Amino acid sequence: MTQRNIVTRTWGSSVGKKSVMAVTGVIFLLYVIAHMIGNLKIFFGLTTFDNYSVHLRTLGEDIFGYGGVLWIIRTVLTVAVLLHMWAAFSLWYKAKRARPIGYQHKSYQGSYAARTMRWGGVIIALFVIWHILDLTLGVVNPLPENAGAYQKLVASFDRPVVSIFYIVAMVALGFHIRHGLWSGIQTLGGNSALRQNSLKAFSLVVAVVVTAGFVIIPLSVMFGLVR
Amino acid sequence: MKLTLRVWRQKNADTKGKMVKYQLDDVEEDMSFLEMLDVLNEKLVMDDEEPVSFDHDCREGICGSCAMVINGIPHGPQKNTTTCQLHMRHFSDGDTIDVEPWRARAFPVIKDLVTDRSAFDQIIQAGGYVSVNTGSAPEAHATPVDKVSADDAFDAATCIGCGACVAACPNGSSMLFTAAKVTHLGLLPQGQPERATRAITMLAKQDELDFGGCTNVGACAEVCPKGIPLASISQLNHDVLGATLSGARSD
Repeated sequence: MTQRNIVTRTWGSSVGKKSVMAVTGVIFLLYVIAHMIGNLKIFFGLTTFDNYSVHLRTLGEDIFGYGGVLWIIRTVLTVAVLLHMWAAFSLWYKAKRARPIGYQHKSYQGSYAARTMRWGGVIIALFVIWHILDLTLGVVNPLPENAGAYQKLVASFDRPVVSIFYIVAMVALGFHIRHGLWSGIQTLGGNSALRQNSLKAFSLVVAVVVTAGFVIIPLSVMFGLVR
Repeated sequence: MKLTLRVWRQKNADTKGKMVKYQLDDVEEDMSFLEMLDVLNEKLVMDDEEPVSFDHDCREGICGSCAMVINGIPHGPQKNTTTCQLHMRHFSDGDTIDVEPWRARAFPVIKDLVTDRSAFDQIIQAGGYVSVNTGSAPEAHATPVDKVSADDAFDAATCIGCGACVAACPNGSSMLFTAAKVTHLGLLPQGQPERATRAITMLAKQDELDFGGCTNVGACAEVCPKGIPLASISQLNHDVLGATLSGARSD
């Protein structure tokens, strides 16, 4: 035990890696909730939504410049996602190594959400790439780059395949939060036998609210409620 | 009752194994699972075949020797029950039952259903102890223990080290075992001097021994014959992270 440096001590243990995933997970969850609340402004009309998108860029402009806060958020998220995925792949590799020969008779214990965290995470990562290309960079969006945020969103969700991919990804996100939030609390030492069911229920509620909050938008576009 | 068994047969650690099918026609529902295997082995010996090797000792659910995955579930379908305490009445006439050894790199198969679980001994050696000064025995009530800590420590102390947690874990992690030991010793006043270093060194040993990392799936607690709570892993995490932040070290 000569790992005296806190970074190597943390990264060197499986629990340390999990704690990195838990802390970065908290960052994602806070971001995702803020993003969801922002998205819901779509129901208040084109002007409100587009103003909100401009407001995000003028937020803190006096100190950080136009779009500065957004770039700070993007940087934090990028670092967090790299650490989260690095830890995840490292634990995935360790798990693969730990059982070279599997069982003939397969049986599954533990929740569906817990068992599908890894592939769910891959789906979410692929979705995020598409999502940035579509609505941030506008590369795969049907409208030109200078179009408003509201119209770009509607144009994007007017493609059923895109809406369905979005919904699938949000369900994957819901499952990820359902296990991840509880698991993060357990990893950071906050679980107890008495609290466990409440924590799991809390995670489920957060997951359902977040998923519903996101999924309602493509559904509204598909069913013509948002035009 | 009549049963079809499909049992993992493997001559030794170096050969490849396979599932072999056996028919049993006269299984009593009051037999334990191990007694049913005894009947199979008697039959195999009579037929001049090699009997199935499996670990067993106390046959009363406290030694942690019996270790087999029955129909994909370590210790079989009955909750909070070791294989030796599992009775055939939990199966039906005509059932096909698959019996396999624990599967983990850290628990290599020695023969048939027998695995080498000495990796657990190494985790214990890394920190699963308390320091007790020699001399005359102290007064029994000199060290008060509060009821909640005593109860929680006892719940964790019921771990028999069978390895079912590792066998069930999709990550092949021994986290529930290590957590049970760390919780058991760490909640008691006698275990305080080594509390921080114990968590660090036992986890480091577990990581080193090719066990996987915990992802809180909870399969371990589902199959644990002693019902060790999943929350004990949170206790281990708490102690490990606290020790990591405070820079605890054992050298």
